[in-house]
This record gives sequence, C-alpha cells and structure tokens, in this order.
Amino acid sequence: MAQVTFTKHLQRFFPSLAALEVPGGSVREVIDALEQRYPGLSAYLVDEAGRLRRHVNIFVREEPIYDRETLGDKLAPNDSVFIVQALSGG
Amino acid sequence: MLDQLLLATKKGTLIFDRENGSWKPRPISHPGLAVSYVARDPRDGTIWACMDNAHWGPALSRSKDDGVTWEDTSRIAYPKGARYIEQLIPSPETMAAAERPIQYKPAVLMKVWSLGFAGEDQPGVIHAGTLPGGLFTTRDGGESWELNRPLWNHESRGGDLFAGEATSKNQWGGTPAAMAYGDFVPGIHSVVVDPRDSNHFYVAVSCAGVAETRDGGKTWAGCNRGMLNDYLPNPEAAWGHDPHLVTLCPGQPNRLWQQNHSGVFTSEDGAGTWKRVSKPEVAVHFGFPIAADSNSGNTAWVVPLRGDQERMTVGGGLFVARTDDAGGSWQVFRKGLPQENCYDVVYRHALDASGDRVCFGSTTGNVYMSEDRGETWSCLGNHLPPIHSVRFA
Repeated sequence: MAQVTFTKHLQRFFPSLAALEVPGGSVREVIDALEQRYPGLSAYLVDEAGRLRRHVNIFVREEPIYDRETLGDKLAPNDSVFIVQALSGG
Repeated sequence: MLDQLLLATKKGTLIFDRENGSWKPRPISHPGLAVSYVARDPRDGTIWACMDNAHWGPALSRSKDDGVTWEDTSRIAYPKGARYIEQLIPSPETMAAAERPIQYKPAVLMKVWSLGFAGEDQPGVIHAGTLPGGLFTTRDGGESWELNRPLWNHESRGGDLFAGEATSKNQWGGTPAAMAYGDFVPGIHSVVVDPRDSNHFYVAVSCAGVAETRDGGKTWAGCNRGMLNDYLPNPEAAWGHDPHLVTLCPGQPNRLWQQNHSGVFTSEDGAGTWKRVSKPEVAVHFGFPIAADSNSGNTAWVVPLRGDQERMTVGGGLFVARTDDAGGSWQVFRKGLPQENCYDVVYRHALDASGDRVCFGSTTGNVYMSEDRGETWSCLGNHLPPIHSVRFA
C-alpha cells in the first residue's frame, strides 16, 4: 500500500481530502486508485493523455518522480507518495 | 437592456448588479483563480465560468443560483487518438526548418476560450471553443462534452489524423496567445450561433479564419472570401487569417462583424463575403474586441489599439469608436475615458453591448460603462484584476 499525502490546496476542490493508503505498484496505479476514492481528482493532477500537469509534482520517498509522461515509476510496499503543487504566478 | 455584468478576471469571477441606477460589485467568486470567460446561458440562467487554472488544468464551473454557489462540471477532454500537426512559431530559424517531416502531437485541453449557447430550439446544447483548436459540444447541459470531429478532421487541418497520416496540408496556423500554454496551436475564440437556426453556426479561429456549419456541425466550410491578411504571402488565402473576434447582429443575423489582426471587417451576407471597413485615418484598424448592436446591423463598437507591434493605446489615450453606417464611417468617443498616461488594453472578449449600454474592461483592471451607446463613459472600478471577458447578463 502506498501512503499518500497531499498539498492542502487540493482541499479547496475536495474538502474531505486527507492522507490515506491506497494500493498500487506504480504512480499510475496510485492515481487510478485515488480517482476511485475521489472521483474527478485525477483530472487535477494529470491531463487527458495521462501526463502529469506542468505545475504539479509527485514525490516518492522524497524524490520527484522520473516519468511525468506515463507515471511509470515503481513503488515499493509502504512507499510514501506526496502530491504537491508548484505555486507560482502573481 | 440587461442589468448584470459578468467579468472573467485573472483573480476570479466578478459580478456587478445594477441597483438604484448604479452598478454594485459583489464579493469575488473563484477567488485567486484565473477565469478566461464567463457568460450566462440565456435559456436557463446558468452562469458558466471557464476556469483557466494553470496549476490544476482548465475546467468549467457553473452556477445555477445566479452566482451564489458554484460547482465544477465534468471536464472537457480530447479523446484518445486526437492529434494535431506540430507547428513552430515563425522565426528565421523555424522557417529554415519548414521542410522537416510532419510531426504529430497528442491533443490535450489547454484552455476553454469561448462558449456559444444554442437557441431555444436546442435546449442543453452548448459549444466550447478551445486551445488547441477543437470545438466541443454538450447536448445535456454540460454533463458530457464531445469533440466535433468533422471540424477537427477537416481537410484544412490535414484530414483525419485519428485514422493515420495527414491526407492534406494543414492550413490552420497557431496563435501566439497559445504560447503561455506551452505550444503554438490554433484556438477557437468565437462561437457564433445563428438565432434563426441553431444548426447554423460559425467558429472563428486564430490563426485560420472563420468556418461555418449549416447542419449542426456535421460538415464545415471556410468562409473567408474577401478577407485580407496583410502578413501572408497571399493576403486573400482561403485560410490562415487571424480573426481576433467575430460576432453578429442578433436583429439582422446576416450581418457579421470581425475585428481582425489586419483590420475591421464586416459581412452583410452571412459571411459569404467580407469587406474591410477599417479607417486608419481615425485609428480604427487594429484591436481585439468588437461588439454588435442588438438590433441594427449598421452599428458596431471597437476599442482600437496602436497596432500591430506596440498594442498600446493610440497616443496614450483610450477611446471607443462606433459606426452607424456599416463601417462606412466611424465616430470616436473619448468623454469619460483617460486621455493621457493610459496603457489599457482591452482583450477580445472584454467588450459587450446591450441596448444602449456598452461596457469594457481592461488588462489594467479598469471597467468603463456607457449608457448612451458609447458616447460618454463612467468608471465602475479602477483596481480590479486584469480583465479577460465582460458580458452583460
């Protein structure tokens, strides 16, 4: 199971969003599992081609994921996954 | 005349209500989030906001209680297999590479740029113009959206790229307005529905031109005869034009207006032919928005800029120009507008007219209202966020 935490900014759109465990052997599978728990959430993180949005980042064990195109980075049991937003603009 | 204003801004949705003879702003909706376009569906009153969120992706938000509460709707998404032919923004280096093999890129939604509501004859039908150049339609009031494949697969775009290689030359250019979204792609900024028949509507594309369907989107034809693109090798090319906005006169729907990169154009035959009606001698030529009168096909308003490189006010002063003779002549109105040290730019969707009222908002956060057909102006706000669209509702 992956241990997933989120930037608090996503709570604006998903007020009940909180740290949770989901199954998944890859980042892609974790995103799919999150979509099951929070319908619509994945569209905030990835585009319709499945690519990570430009201003979103995902860290696994404190390292940014490598594969932003297909989210193929593999996960070990109990890996931590942190979903974060690159705040910018003015 | 309509008594409400909807503003899409860089920092949210602003609603002004006319109360006791003055315009009152409400607290901002979608605070802190960029909104590219806001409009009310006149059929059922729903207010639609096109969210231009750089972080979480483009989305639609709607309010069914007059802007009190908002809800996200299902996302517009390009279907798997949707592709476009890559283009490079023109430069000496990219022109030298013009003969390189065709490169295809997968289409993903970059921005919802415009909405067009069908008439009472097609309840629930709304069209959405997007970057990278796809038109989407919902037939169930926004619960689901579908790419218009006949337009996406049009021969002017290379043919059916779902099926395989391009079968024709792509004649749609990209718009620099797309560069902030990561690629040089076309964008549909105008969806104009004929009030007599919702199966008949137009789209305007930067940088391609105007296309028309008469069968509800099953078939499309370009309608750019008479258009002149001063920066193309062939100014009268069938495609490759740069409309900044296209609109029509609801009372005389065969009358269309177009503020184009290359001037102001009008058509009196339903976009069968266009005629340039710019008057550079009164600085009416370059600009982004244009608004048509509700009833008279002879009347339209523009907010010109000094074009096309500077894109600043002409001589540092802001003015609105109106024609009452179908572009034969233009009157210039400055009363109530700043005439020095003014750097306001009015974007393509940020001018609207309703009866005798005309309103526009600028990139510098100013909103000006006229209650006498553009002749005198008063300021509704000076410290607003950059304004992307203004619509009466």
